[in-house]
Amino acid sequence: MQTLLARYAECIFWLARYMERAENLARILDVNETFARDGDGAIDWRPILTLNADEARFLECYREMTPENVLAFYILDAGNPTSILAAVRAARENARQLRPLISTEMWSQINVFYNRLLALGPHDLARHNLQRLCSFIKEACQAHTGITEGTFFRDQGWYFYQVGKYLERADQTTRLLDIKYHTLLPSVAAVGTPVDVSQWNTLLRSAAGYHAFRRVYPRGMTPAAVAGFLLFNDAFPRSVLVCVCEMEQLLHRLTSKYRLRNGNIVLERVDEVRAALGASTIDSVITSGLHEYLDGLQIIFADISRDIGAAFFGQDSTG
Amino acid sequence: MGDSVIGSDTGVGRLLAAYDANGFYDELFGSAMRPAHHADLIRQRLSQLEFGDLQHRAADAERELYNLGITFLVYSEAQAIDRILPFDVIPRVISTTEWAHLEAGVTQRITALNLFLHDIYHGQKILKDGIVPAELVLGNANFRPQMMGLDLPFGTYIHIMGVDLVRDGDGTFRVLEDNGRVPSGVSYVVENRHMMQRAFPDLMADIGLRPVDNYGMKLLEAMCEIAPPASSPSGEPRVVLLSPGAYNSAYFEHIFLAREMGVPLVEGRDLVVQDDKVYMKTTSGLTRVDAIYRRIGDDFLDPRAFNPGSMLGVPGIFEAYRKGNVALANAIGTGVADDKAVYAYVPRMIRYYLGEEPLIPNVETHICREAEALRYTLDNLDRLVVKPVGEAGGYGITIGPKASRAQLDECRAQLLADPANYISQPMVPLSVCPTLVETGIEPRHVDLRPFAITGRGTWVLPGGLSRVALKRGTLIVNSSQGGGSKDTWVLSGRCEPRQARASSSQSQGR
Repeated sequence: MQTLLARYAECIFWLARYMERAENLARILDVNETFARDGDGAIDWRPILTLNADEARFLECYREMTPENVLAFYILDAGNPTSILAAVRAARENARQLRPLISTEMWSQINVFYNRLLALGPHDLARHNLQRLCSFIKEACQAHTGITEGTFFRDQGWYFYQVGKYLERADQTTRLLDIKYHTLLPSVAAVGTPVDVSQWNTLLRSAAGYHAFRRVYPRGMTPAAVAGFLLFNDAFPRSVLVCVCEMEQLLHRLTSKYRLRNGNIVLERVDEVRAALGASTIDSVITSGLHEYLDGLQIIFADISRDIGAAFFGQDSTG
Repeated sequence: MGDSVIGSDTGVGRLLAAYDANGFYDELFGSAMRPAHHADLIRQRLSQLEFGDLQHRAADAERELYNLGITFLVYSEAQAIDRILPFDVIPRVISTTEWAHLEAGVTQRITALNLFLHDIYHGQKILKDGIVPAELVLGNANFRPQMMGLDLPFGTYIHIMGVDLVRDGDGTFRVLEDNGRVPSGVSYVVENRHMMQRAFPDLMADIGLRPVDNYGMKLLEAMCEIAPPASSPSGEPRVVLLSPGAYNSAYFEHIFLAREMGVPLVEGRDLVVQDDKVYMKTTSGLTRVDAIYRRIGDDFLDPRAFNPGSMLGVPGIFEAYRKGNVALANAIGTGVADDKAVYAYVPRMIRYYLGEEPLIPNVETHICREAEALRYTLDNLDRLVVKPVGEAGGYGITIGPKASRAQLDECRAQLLADPANYISQPMVPLSVCPTLVETGIEPRHVDLRPFAITGRGTWVLPGGLSRVALKRGTLIVNSSQGGGSKDTWVLSGRCEPRQARASSSQSQGR
């Protein structure tokens, strides 16, 4: 049985997470620019800054919440740990350490991607160029996914990569949904108005889920149905349920096929989450508070990440 | 463009028409006394290329090196920057006979150096016989008394060796320096070849070149030969490459070698010693390690045995090594053999241990610790190259003929203050090779670093790293001083036509 260096497993888990993170952020910025306009056509960027609770940090560095500033903060600000540049830089640093393990094509694509991001300037962030830029970032992330699928050796490392990807994706979907949670509060009068529907539309498009949603719900679009779709649909590749199911299967392979018994604790926890997700309905979630529910999921995902570190990467214990 | 005119029997056409080696021995042309007929065909093909095309392909090649991350890290203003080793697309060519001579000479030298290391860490016969001054060895900072009496498989200490060769005015190869600690550069040899295969398939077609891409396999073979009886149930020794980490300037090479061998690249923090056995930390716990190709110097390898401040090493690894539970390549304590002062005695070692004349002579060397050599050096300072014995990378060298009055005075003062720290050599008129520069093709000085692997026996990688001093007139080829590299072609001596393959095709809906 081939063994895998614990540090490699850790690097590959985080490589997948950072690339997935970069892609999700590009999706959100892209769609926000295009669709998230209010009745007067102005774009509200404040919800974006609540994504990672970034508002306070943003205001330390930027005076005004202008689109230019928010975009600079999230795309090219090397000092902002939640920027796309920071995510790709972290992915590249992990990839650099993984070069004995990953294909040359995987490394070279990330390397070129990062160098292209570094070469971008304020002009590329101009409003009329933004969509092109976001497409470039999204496609570079997707190229990464494709190259990985096509070239990565299917040993333990592959499973750690996939676990990282789905964990990050599940987390990102909860954050995306949280941007608009307040519209699901019963007290909000605007629910159901055209503006509101367009915002939920936006949400689905961020997750590339608009057409999939339409196939499941050909008629009508309610906020609750959209939230339920993103959380509980069992076929949509970015839904929290699908991501957690994938993680469960991957962890099962790691503990059985590769006999990584330490993983059983993680597997049990993921099992529980999957069961809980399967038993929930969107109506009960909304009744007890969507925001709190999403918060709870994010905490669980952070716990799972920590458990994975302890079980496989030798963190907090010598193994 | 009209018909190309390649008339002359020396293979010089448009592109090389104005080329002039300025009296130096030339790697593609040879000299009047020793014309390089083996390179006729290559010169002819080069001459048929357009200058613009050559520039274009060179630029593409450099971009690709950068994109592939075939880079080394340089530190400037506290920032780490990725740099490529500048790559010159015009190859350096070595004939079949020249190579047979070099291969034998390198093997001879390594054999003698390994016998020397075994001797000084056992009976010290060569010191007692007064062939090499005892204080030069025993007082050397790189002599490791901890190695005394330890027996190594096949008596091999230097498993991986790089020998720096230069070619003088009449075309004779000479040894300039030995690298028997952690020689680097072999990754560029292989990557340069890959680059040439992509960028200049037309230039190398049917020439008959000795391949270089089996280096990793040969290295792994040697690592398995020196490993103690394998601990794993499969019987295969577990080999790893130990690197100081991603911020080491040679990190790309560590990655390259780990990949070529198919072994994990580990850092000190990935290894742990228990009961004098070495383990690596894996996802399933601790796994035994049998052999380590280490790219960390002796000093940093084990804080318990050597430098106690080292954070890069593995505490306890030396004791595991002494007990024979793990193999290390290179062995500990080889630095005493590649010392610039000990270097001067290598020809005598070859005669002493092997009873043979050195196949590749040294560059004439004056050991300034000896009174007469010091006097000679001081008297001829403006004609000699003075080198500190402890430095690597071309640092601290004074080139007499190019030095200013003030630089010579400073050098003189240093020599008088610490003569044992210096050697001096005459200025070797290093050979040149046609090299692409902005305005055309010009001669630039080159050296050659062949790499050899020794386990049970010695294998020499055909060719080696040709480093080129890209600045006009300069002789220092080190990458840290603005040097680049070239692909090195060793001719196999037979041209085999490529075999035609039957084509097959498959498409949807047939």
